[in-house]
Amino acid sequence: MARTPGQAARRDPDWEGVRLHVVSGKGGTGKTTVAAALALALAAEGRRTLLIEVEGRQGIAELFGIAALPYEERRIATVTPAQLGLPASGSAGGSASGTPGGSVSGELHALAIDTEQALLEYLDMFYKLGRAGKALQKVGFVDFATTIAPGVRDVLLTGKACEAARRKGPDGRRTYDAVVMDAPPTGRITRFLNVNSEVAGLARIGPIHSQAQAVMRVLKSPETAVHLVTLLEEMPVQETVDGIAELREAGLPVGGVLVNMVRPPLLDAAAVAAVDGDHREEVALALGEAGLGGRSRKPETVRAAVEPLLDPLLAQAREHAERVELERARRADLQHLKLPTYELPLLGEGVDLGTLYRLAGELKRQGAA
Amino acid sequence: MSGRTGTTGQSGAGAGGSRLAVDELIDNPKTRIIVCCGSGGVGKTTTAAAIGLRAAERGRKVVVLTIDPARRLAQSMGLTELDNTPRIVKGVTGDGELQAMMLDMKRTFDEVVLAHADPERARAIMENPFYQSLSAGFAGTQEYMAMEKLGQLRAAEEWDLIVVDTPPSRSALDFLDAPNRLGSFLDGKVIRILTAPAKVGGRSAMKFLNAGMGLLTGTLGKIFGAQLLTDVQTFVSATDSMFGGFRERADRTYQLLQAPGTAFLVVAAPERDALREAAYFVDRLAADRMPLAGLVLNRVHGTGAPQLTAERALAAAEALEENGSEQVSPDAELLAAGLLRLHAERMQVMVRERRTRDRFVSVYPDVPIVEVAALPGDVHDLEGLRTIGERLSGSAD
Repeated sequence: MARTPGQAARRDPDWEGVRLHVVSGKGGTGKTTVAAALALALAAEGRRTLLIEVEGRQGIAELFGIAALPYEERRIATVTPAQLGLPASGSAGGSASGTPGGSVSGELHALAIDTEQALLEYLDMFYKLGRAGKALQKVGFVDFATTIAPGVRDVLLTGKACEAARRKGPDGRRTYDAVVMDAPPTGRITRFLNVNSEVAGLARIGPIHSQAQAVMRVLKSPETAVHLVTLLEEMPVQETVDGIAELREAGLPVGGVLVNMVRPPLLDAAAVAAVDGDHREEVALALGEAGLGGRSRKPETVRAAVEPLLDPLLAQAREHAERVELERARRADLQHLKLPTYELPLLGEGVDLGTLYRLAGELKRQGAA
Repeated sequence: MSGRTGTTGQSGAGAGGSRLAVDELIDNPKTRIIVCCGSGGVGKTTTAAAIGLRAAERGRKVVVLTIDPARRLAQSMGLTELDNTPRIVKGVTGDGELQAMMLDMKRTFDEVVLAHADPERARAIMENPFYQSLSAGFAGTQEYMAMEKLGQLRAAEEWDLIVVDTPPSRSALDFLDAPNRLGSFLDGKVIRILTAPAKVGGRSAMKFLNAGMGLLTGTLGKIFGAQLLTDVQTFVSATDSMFGGFRERADRTYQLLQAPGTAFLVVAAPERDALREAAYFVDRLAADRMPLAGLVLNRVHGTGAPQLTAERALAAAEALEENGSEQVSPDAELLAAGLLRLHAERMQVMVRERRTRDRFVSVYPDVPIVEVAALPGDVHDLEGLRTIGERLSGSAD
C-alpha cells in the first residue's frame, strides 16, 4: 500500500469525512513537523485548518519561525495548490477566500493550548466564576485539579480539539474544515485519548464526567483518525505496531502510518557485491576517468591515486546496502498493518518553511490530504 | 540504539571541547551512580545498558535501572523480561557482575506503602480509588518512583555502581523535580484547606477556613463529583504520617545525586533538536548543582575518505553519468557514480553534524564530549552492547 514519494499521481484523499486528525509518533520521528505538513496539505484548495499543540513546547512557533503562540487561535500561514506543487483545482469546497485568477488560497490557523487557561475557561463556561476564578488560580487550584486527576488535563486538551473540530460559525458552516492535533507520543497516546476510562474511575458524576463522555463520542466516531509517525527503524516501527494494537483495543479509530525521513536507496546489495568482486578494477578505472586519480596520464599513477578511495567508498556502500535491507524489512512490518501508508523524504539541513510546504505537497500527492 | 546508517570513521571528540573519558569514569571506584538523561529517541537506554555492561566487564558490580519497557533491550541482555527486581545478566565476562531491572512504578509505590504502614492501613490505602489513580498516573509518579528506586538500590549497598536511565520526560528533568513536586502538592494550599478540619478539629479553625473551603470544595465537588473529594480526603489522612518519610527520602536521594559519587551523562544525537534539548539539560544540571560528567553524542557519522569532498564526488559522479567511457562498461560507470553519490551524501551529513556539534561546543566549551559512531542496525545482543561500549570508550578502532 506504500506510495513512494513523487511517483504517485495526484489521487483522491483517503480521509474524506475526517475532521479531527490526531498525529502521534515516537519521540524523534518528527511528529510535530508531520502534523504541521498535514495541516498545510489539508488547507490547500481553499480550506481552513487548525493545528493544535498540547504539550506546551511552542513547537509550531519554532517550525514556522514566528513568535510564541498565545492561547488563542490565529492564522499563521496561507497555502495555495501552487505552493504545494499541485495544479490549481477548480472544485474547491472550502471556506477560505478565493484569489483572482482561479487559484484558491487556504488558511492554516494554530493554537497552543495552555491547560491552566483551558480549565479556567471551561469552569467559567459552566459556573460563571468571574473573580473566583482568579482566586482559584492563586491557591494553586489548577495544579491541584490536574494533579489529583491527570485525566482531567487530557479531557481539557482533547475536549478543546473536539470543540474546534465541531464548531460552527453563524452561517451554520464549520469553522474549520479539519483540525490537526500534534498529540503526545505513541507510548502515551492511547491513555491520552482514552479519557473516558481515565476519568471515569475518579469523577463518576459532574461536568468533567459528562465532558469526558462527550469527548469520547467524538474521538471514537468516524470523524476522527489517529495517525502514527514512524521512521524505517526497528524501535519506532515496533512502537507503531504496538501503538496501533493499543488504539484498536481501546476502540479508537486508527488512521494511517506516516513514514518520515525516508532516504532514497542509491545502491542495493547486489550492486555492492558486484563492486566488491569482479568490478573492482573497472570501478577503479571509472573513478580515475572521472578525474579522481590526479593529473597524471600514467595509468599506474592514476590507479595508485584512486586506491585509497576504493575501500572507504566500498565500506560506505556496504553499510548503505545493509541499511537498505533493514529498511526493506521494516517496510514489510508496516505493510502487515494493512493501513494507508505515506512516505516523506528526508530533506537534509533541518526543516524550514520551504521544506514544510514540500512535505505537505508530498502528503497531498499521496492522498493523505 | 537504532542506527541512522553506519560509519567507517573514528569515534572520539574532535577539535574544541575536551574528550569525555568514559573508562576513567566507570573504573573509578568512587563513581557510584551514573545517570543518563536526554530527550527521547537518542539512544539513551542503550547507552545506559552499554555503560553498565562495560563497567561490569571491567570488574565492577553493576545494576542498570531502566525505565524503558522495550523488550528489545531485555532481549539484548538475554533476559526474557525485565521487572521490578534486579536480574543477573548472563554472558558477562570478567570478574564483575551485571544486573538489570525495569522500574514498575505501581509496584514500587505499593512497596513504599507497605514499608511505611501496618498491613491493615496499607490495604486501606491501596484500595482507595484515588491512590490507584495516583500510583498509576500521577503526573510525575514515574519520575518520583525512579528516584525512590534509586534511593533503595543505593541504600542496599549490594552494587558498587548503579546506572540509571531516566524517564523520557516531556519536560527535561522532571526526574529532579519529582521530590519537590510531590512535596509542593502535599504542602499545597488546596490540600491543606481540604484536610485542615480533619487535622485541627477545632471550631475556630473551621470558622477561619470556612469561606475558602466552601468555594474550593464546592467547585471541586462540582467538577469531579463529591465522591472524588471524599476519596482524596481519606487518602490524605491515611497517608499523612507516611508522606513525611516519603519526602524526606526523596530529599535524601536528591542530595545523593548532588554528591561527588554521582555522574550525569547527557545523551544526544548530532541533530539540532536533540542538541537543543541537551543544552537545556546541561543548564538545568548546573542550576541544580548536579555533577555533569559530559555529553555522549550518539550516531555520529564518519568516513575513511575525508580527502574527497562532497562537491568533487558529485562532480565526478555527474561526469561519469554524462560522458561515459570507452574503457569501462556502463554498469561499472553507474556503480562508480553510485559510490560517489553515497560518499557525497555522507560528507554532507558529516558537515551538518559537525556544524551542529560546534554550535553546542562554542556555547559549552567546558563540557567534555564523546562521539559514538553510528551503527547501521539495531542492537540485539550483548555483543552489540559491547560494541557500543567500545565506541563509547574510544577503543573501537
